[in-house]
Amino acid sequence: MADLLPANAPEAPRPPRPPRPGPRDGFLREVRRALRAYVLLAWTWCRAVAQYPMALSLLTFGVALSSLAEMGAVAVVFGHAGTLAGFSVYEGLLVYALAATAFGTADFLMGSVERLGEHIRSGSFDTMLVRPVPPLVQLATDQFSPRRLGKAVPALIVLVFVLVVCDVDWTAGRVLMLPVLVVSGVVICCSVWLLGGCLQFFVLDARQAANSLTYGGQALTEYPVAIYGRSLVRAVTFVVPLAFVSWQPALYLLDRPDPTGLPGVLRFLGPLVAVVLALAAALVWRLGLRHYRSTGS
Amino acid sequence: MRVHCAVYARGLRRYSTYRAAAVAGILTNSVFGVINAMVLLALFAARPEINGYDAADAVTQVYVAQALIAPLAIMGPALELSERIRTGAVGTDLLRPVSLLGWWLAQDLGRATFDLLFRSVPTFAVGALLFTLALPGDALRWALTLLSFALATVVGFALRYLYSVVGFWLMDTRGVWAVMGPVGPVAAGMLLPLTLFPAPAAEVLRLLPWASMVQIPAEVLLGKDTLPGGSVYGGLLLQAGWAAVLLALAARLTTLAMRRVVVQGG
Amino acid sequence: MPTHESTADGTATRERTAGETAADGEGGPIIEAVGLGRDFVRSEGRFLRRTRRTVSAVRDVTFTVRPGEIVGYLGPNGAGKSSTMKMLTGILTPTSGSVRVAGMEPSRQRTRLAREIGVVFGQRTTLWWDLPLRDSLTLTRHLYRVPAAVHAERLAELTELLELGPFLGTPVRQLSLGQRMRGDLTAALLHAPRLLVLDEPTIGLDVVSKSTIREFLLRVNRERGTTILITTHDLGDVERLCDRVMVIDHGRLAFDGGLTELRATVPTPRVLVVDLVAPAPAIEVAGATAVRVDGPRQWLELADNPARVIAAVTRQHEVADLTLREPDIEGVVSALYRGGRAP
Repeated sequence: MADLLPANAPEAPRPPRPPRPGPRDGFLREVRRALRAYVLLAWTWCRAVAQYPMALSLLTFGVALSSLAEMGAVAVVFGHAGTLAGFSVYEGLLVYALAATAFGTADFLMGSVERLGEHIRSGSFDTMLVRPVPPLVQLATDQFSPRRLGKAVPALIVLVFVLVVCDVDWTAGRVLMLPVLVVSGVVICCSVWLLGGCLQFFVLDARQAANSLTYGGQALTEYPVAIYGRSLVRAVTFVVPLAFVSWQPALYLLDRPDPTGLPGVLRFLGPLVAVVLALAAALVWRLGLRHYRSTGS
Repeated sequence: MRVHCAVYARGLRRYSTYRAAAVAGILTNSVFGVINAMVLLALFAARPEINGYDAADAVTQVYVAQALIAPLAIMGPALELSERIRTGAVGTDLLRPVSLLGWWLAQDLGRATFDLLFRSVPTFAVGALLFTLALPGDALRWALTLLSFALATVVGFALRYLYSVVGFWLMDTRGVWAVMGPVGPVAAGMLLPLTLFPAPAAEVLRLLPWASMVQIPAEVLLGKDTLPGGSVYGGLLLQAGWAAVLLALAARLTTLAMRRVVVQGG
Repeated sequence: MPTHESTADGTATRERTAGETAADGEGGPIIEAVGLGRDFVRSEGRFLRRTRRTVSAVRDVTFTVRPGEIVGYLGPNGAGKSSTMKMLTGILTPTSGSVRVAGMEPSRQRTRLAREIGVVFGQRTTLWWDLPLRDSLTLTRHLYRVPAAVHAERLAELTELLELGPFLGTPVRQLSLGQRMRGDLTAALLHAPRLLVLDEPTIGLDVVSKSTIREFLLRVNRERGTTILITTHDLGDVERLCDRVMVIDHGRLAFDGGLTELRATVPTPRVLVVDLVAPAPAIEVAGATAVRVDGPRQWLELADNPARVIAAVTRQHEVADLTLREPDIEGVVSALYRGGRAP
């Protein structure tokens, strides 16, 4: 009762946003609530898929199998070539592991956004909009499944392995930067995934096209991007900044000069790129949501 | 036979309504083709010849693989039959005057024909525009390649039919796909040409049915002497053999499943 | 209606604390739509000859709903029903006019409004398919941040009213359609919304389930004062539940009033379907006109007491079967349009 009083004395015409009880919700509080809802929904989906333990374990196994196959392909290619772009087998695997860890984790956390078009078509996106939980949280956790760890976990194991095997000069800076670079990679991949998903706000059938961005981006960054030639390196550095997922971090960890001649400072820009890209993705999501709410289809 | 033709035509017509999806598919296949091709070009720049393959051979195989993804449905989707077995709707399929296998073969070949015309041809054309491919000069080898693609499609269908028909025993075939899904592209030579694999593994994989879907057709197109019997005809024979064996197995399993359905009353 | 004073004093018994503005006191409307309109831009043709055309899904719709009402929102498919519903729930932004629901502007305060309303789409469940019903309901508690004690109390009450007890522990996929709908209604009511928006809640249900749900909705409305806005194609729903109906067609609100008034606006006669033993020419009896003849079956529109007509028909013909058809709401609605707008 008491909390009604301070807020509810509008002498002058108020802006449309009505007063709230108690202290105003800060941005941080909103974020905390969204994260809580995320964990809650994800956990609920996990329990739902755990009702079929056989299917879940086979699916997880399958995902792990295909990431092992990709890893094998990298090993075979480097095995024949000896070195590519100055990278040896293990150094090549380092690039692969960085890319697969980032993409695998992003897939685990956000992969479901690629089904936006389906949700719009079936109308289930509308049911997300009438709940008091951010629709992005509901979309990202939809059919959340631990099977997607089948990609991130083997990649992480390989990452640790190659970091031990490769000749890395472990300065304090590198030790501290490693987690920052990995997290930046995850954020970049999540953003790319979200941008691909948002495409479906505007073109309902864009899922496959978006896949060439997300999965294509993943395939691209599994190898040192220098092997694709200068113009592509520039494109994935300045246009779709996927180079900051695996290529630039690998250059930093191995302390190599950029063979394509780009400035060395770039390797430190991963976190900045991640923040900018995440903001861009958030903006596009908002635009998409607004577009959806003014077309309803 | 007339029923089968009608079902085939229906499958072809039905898929021709998905033109927008075909365009998106061509885009995706082309993008992945470019990425795979560039990786292999970098590799062959370091070593111009590996186990009888040169850069052009490898890139050609990349585009054979990308072109065949759609008609072979090697990475899915599963035959609709899986869903019909799971929901029990397959009961009505069994009432038809044609065999279950024949019905689905006709329908799926209809779909594959559409995909071959509107997915494979454009995807391969994109590859030919962007890269130097090793293409045969004589019409006969083109004809044999087409035959090889057709046999690959039948092998692809037979495998998917087998994955689906085990649903009569397992109920949920998602697990089968979950495991066989990743195996297919690797064993077929889609992820990497089998030529690049370590010799013992490559020799075994070549003889398995999956190789008949991409590796053998690619080598038929390239006219490689690594094919069984050292000739294109040996490759075709291997493919035909696998198609026959897998279809026979499929027919046998279908009969067993029928008996089971009849005994259990659905 | 400025009611500052009474708001502050009169809300002592209410649990709800958020979302109040000066205009939203006791007795103020819970929905207020003024000149509400929504246009869509449709692209037609392909490639170069593409043309853009503006289509109005909803035009100039004005109505108010007071707390405690049960309002049926009717109209043929594509008439603008779902666009209106989407604007009321904040899914869709209006192109013109304004709407306030529970004192809020839905398109700008969607998330906050979501706490004040419950929405059930009859054809889509929000329950977790593979988990026991109870789990979905517990999750709802967390999503709406209902205190545990309050939740337990409400759940107990709803469980009793809807007889959920026997299947609270059953995975939703194993529930019948009727049971699932009861679960969905519970999920929509656990946060004690002031307004319940139902889209075809009885679609596909059997007679018993329909009646359970209708009686339940009446109780919720009576005992809790929950306002209900319902779209349906089922005349039974409308007759049993609605004090008031609104009919929308081609985007315009064509009727807003009581059900009896609606019937009176457009007289749609009941139809007697007669199955004769053998085909015969159109039956001619007093008080009825044959509107259709199909072999031995004939359709008679009744202008008189059905008993008298039936007696007359059986006197004249050898009858195998008789059915009396009540005019359905679709018929009433379509008649409303065929006959041009009354008053």
